[in-house]
Amino acid sequence: MAVIAMGLSILFRIQLAWPDKSFPILETFLGKWAEGGRIKPDFYLALVTIHGTIMVFFVLTAGLSGTFSNLLIPLQLGVRDMASPFMNMLSYWMFFLACIIMMSSFFIETGPASAGWTVYPPLSALPKAIPGSGLGMTLWLASMFIFVASQLMGGINYVSTVLNMRTKGMDLWKMPLTIWAFFLTAILGILSFPVLVAGVVLLIFDRSFGTSFYLSDIVMGTQVLPNEGGSPILWQHLFWFLGHPEVYIVIMPALGISSEVISVNSRKPIFGYHAMVYSLIGITILSFIVWGHHMFVTGMNPLLGGVFMITTLIIAVPSAVKTFNYLATLWRGNIRFTPAMLCAIGMVSFFISGGLTGIFLGNASLDINLHDTYFVVAHFHLVMGSAAIFGMLAGVYHWYPKMFGRMMNAKLGYLHFWVTFICAYLVFFPLHFLGLDGVPRRYYAFTEFEFMQKWVTVNIFVTWSAIVAALAQVAFLFNFFYSIFRGKKAVQNPWESNTLEWTTPVEHLHGNWPGEIPTVYRWPYDYSKPGAEEDFIPQTVPYSQTMSSNMPHDFEGNAESERIQREWDAKNAPDKADVHFH
Amino acid sequence: MSLRKYISNKTIAALAVIVTVFANTSAFAQEAAAGAAAANKPVDMFPIYKSAAFYTMLFLLLCLFIAIVGKAITVYELTREAQDKPAGINWNTVNGVLFVLFLIVGLYGVYFEYTVHGHMILPDAASEHGAKIDQMFNITLILTTIVFIGTHIVLFLFSYFYKNSGKRKAYYYPHNNALERIWTIVPALVLTVLVLMGFLTWRSIFYKIEDPNNKPLSIEITSQQFVWTIRYPGADGVVGLKNYKLITGTNALGMDFKDKNNLDDQQADEMVIPVNKPVRLILTSKDVLHSFYMPHFRIQLNTVPGMTSYFEFTPTITTVDMQTKVNDPAFKFLFYCSKICGSGHYNMQKVVRVVSQAEYDAWVVKQPKFINNDLRKQFDLPIVPEAGAPASAPADSTAKPAKDSSAVAMNKPALKK
Repeated sequence: MAVIAMGLSILFRIQLAWPDKSFPILETFLGKWAEGGRIKPDFYLALVTIHGTIMVFFVLTAGLSGTFSNLLIPLQLGVRDMASPFMNMLSYWMFFLACIIMMSSFFIETGPASAGWTVYPPLSALPKAIPGSGLGMTLWLASMFIFVASQLMGGINYVSTVLNMRTKGMDLWKMPLTIWAFFLTAILGILSFPVLVAGVVLLIFDRSFGTSFYLSDIVMGTQVLPNEGGSPILWQHLFWFLGHPEVYIVIMPALGISSEVISVNSRKPIFGYHAMVYSLIGITILSFIVWGHHMFVTGMNPLLGGVFMITTLIIAVPSAVKTFNYLATLWRGNIRFTPAMLCAIGMVSFFISGGLTGIFLGNASLDINLHDTYFVVAHFHLVMGSAAIFGMLAGVYHWYPKMFGRMMNAKLGYLHFWVTFICAYLVFFPLHFLGLDGVPRRYYAFTEFEFMQKWVTVNIFVTWSAIVAALAQVAFLFNFFYSIFRGKKAVQNPWESNTLEWTTPVEHLHGNWPGEIPTVYRWPYDYSKPGAEEDFIPQTVPYSQTMSSNMPHDFEGNAESERIQREWDAKNAPDKADVHFH
Repeated sequence: MSLRKYISNKTIAALAVIVTVFANTSAFAQEAAAGAAAANKPVDMFPIYKSAAFYTMLFLLLCLFIAIVGKAITVYELTREAQDKPAGINWNTVNGVLFVLFLIVGLYGVYFEYTVHGHMILPDAASEHGAKIDQMFNITLILTTIVFIGTHIVLFLFSYFYKNSGKRKAYYYPHNNALERIWTIVPALVLTVLVLMGFLTWRSIFYKIEDPNNKPLSIEITSQQFVWTIRYPGADGVVGLKNYKLITGTNALGMDFKDKNNLDDQQADEMVIPVNKPVRLILTSKDVLHSFYMPHFRIQLNTVPGMTSYFEFTPTITTVDMQTKVNDPAFKFLFYCSKICGSGHYNMQKVVRVVSQAEYDAWVVKQPKFINNDLRKQFDLPIVPEAGAPASAPADSTAKPAKDSSAVAMNKPALKK
């Protein structure tokens, strides 16, 4: 799906870069939507819409929390399988069905939905307003309905597995940050996705059964529509009540994966584990009360704008804490640049860049002039698009040995990372300035405005960067598929990591562990602990085996253990006893 | 690992790549031939397929090149290994150095963007509240740029300095509460300042206290796919009532001409406003959502069917002054649509002209009224002979208080039954 959506983006980037040029090859593939080799305005909007929808929902939501939750929750928590395997399967197949329905809209007469990925009514409700709001929109709604059902089943499964099925010794504060992120993401999804379904159902009613939830006082041409009393703003409230938590559903798993990858490859404990968890919790809670910042200029009561501005800017605080903690984790580390680590660092970089532009947009006064411009496009492509994708790539590179028992080629990984990382910045950084010049998003061509002419060269540059970035993904895809069959065989714990998934055998077996499920004794981040022989101590190693490296706070106030440790220290390492216990 | 075995592997791989390339070429040739054969259309597709095939070939060639380089590196590394020498290429160093290079080039890139593209953005705000927004923007820009540059320097330099050397052990440093408190509280404080400033600016924009001596000029904007209609209030200074159910081919806005305030309302092709006088925009929409976006004045508000929204602002720079300021005699203020509204979304614009009060007064009297004899007939109003020019030239609408509408109506007894 990601590849398809990327292809769509290349198509519309071509249109933006060369609005006057004809590409007859496009007509071969697209037929009447690109008559004479030029994409039509309607189809351009359809491309933008489906690109957004697929990327946000089908790639970043399903690809990050869906894939990695199912992989890592059981493996990192010491569980034989998810709480409800059947529901899990159902969730998968419903997701598959949703994908098929979404893509099928490319094969119908009126084309796919084209009201933007946020499908604001009345544009999305009236087939007369735009052809894509005909059958294409119906398919979009059906697909989203099924997609949300799939997400909910998945989410319930993740939460129940995390809460009920952790192995012996794995209390919540011993969970890796990945699991914390998946857990909170699932909660977020369970609480917010149903609201989207409610909105979708109402929109289906408006479209097909003549209700007026979102429609009122509408005249198409001179035809007065009978709908009265509805409000298009209602859809926006319902949509963004999901829509904003959604961006955190996308980014939190990426943050969790990066935390794990950065810690493992810096050979250091993640800095401020508790702060990381609390900031995730903070983001989770706050994300429910910031949706209005998408609606500063809808004409809703300005008082609400003020309130949402306050909550929105508060959410920057936990995000800042996370960023600084990542930096502190790198400090005096012993960094191994695996492709996963590179992607995680890239993720942090994008998260900073995109997060900072969020401070502009979260400020209602500044949003007046930036809303719906390319500044917004640049902002969310950095913070939610690139950052999340890099989190996902980091996850793929890191856990590939677990998934397929083989290693990916590191050098191809480096090539892929560097080209993608550089091109992503080349694509999205200049777009900020288009926004600052007042160029609105979703414009089919810049030809009609005198002042936009100067940006056409920038558009060409951006399009070329995007094409190069897209080609770089061939390196990744080749690496991925080739390594499944011909990659170097992986050892059991290739990254010398502490977490439980690396205690399973390389060969997959039903129930994950042969024999007993391992017991957990310590937190997952004992890397480079002073006094330890290796620079990592897996979670399954009890403190009794690491007497030389134990620290007072390891015992969480257990007097008996502390006494034993003190006696051991007095006997074996008098200087250490001095340092820690006096 | 035996080197010989590896070389044979490499040969096989290279062969495979070459075979693939040839297979692709012939496939493309066939496709092109088929395309040429089937080309009944006036467009000759053959050169197009040829160029597509050419670019594909080029890409495959690039892949082949990368594959060969990759293999060469592997062979080099394996040779080093076979000779028991230290590893040939230290990839940690390579990546660490690349991060530093990226930092340096990136910083230059940011500088380039700020200076070159930064000068291509909108000129200074042409409205009172816009100046405040610009000020806020600059403060935010300075703060975020400092953080942006600072954190990236730290991120990439740490990546360089603390790369794996194989000699060191990392420093076990799980947490430091004081440090964490600092970087929770400092951003919180900075954001509090930004929130407060933003909140005050926001309030000053949307909660205006009306100055009785300088009443705003009301202008109504109605959006529909893909045009704007601009309605001036006429002599009475009041924009009349309208009802979407009255919309017909002749009455595009659905104005209710039973309402006397409508009788002198005027239509305009461009928005002309007097400088330094408050303007109150009344924004409505006929069909779908649009967004009224007037970036030079830092104004944006969606137009929503079924809901009227308002935006009040005071322009401070005339078009002519702005032309000299940006040194472009062709410069025009514009407003256009910024909310996706259909296939014509990308071209939905009107010109805005900020002029002196005198110029405005001269211009506004020339604008045609909405009312005409067809509409009079429809609303049972007495027909007025079409004399071309308006019967009673509207006086300076701005000079009259807005609530004077009844008096204005009294001045036009001819229109009364």
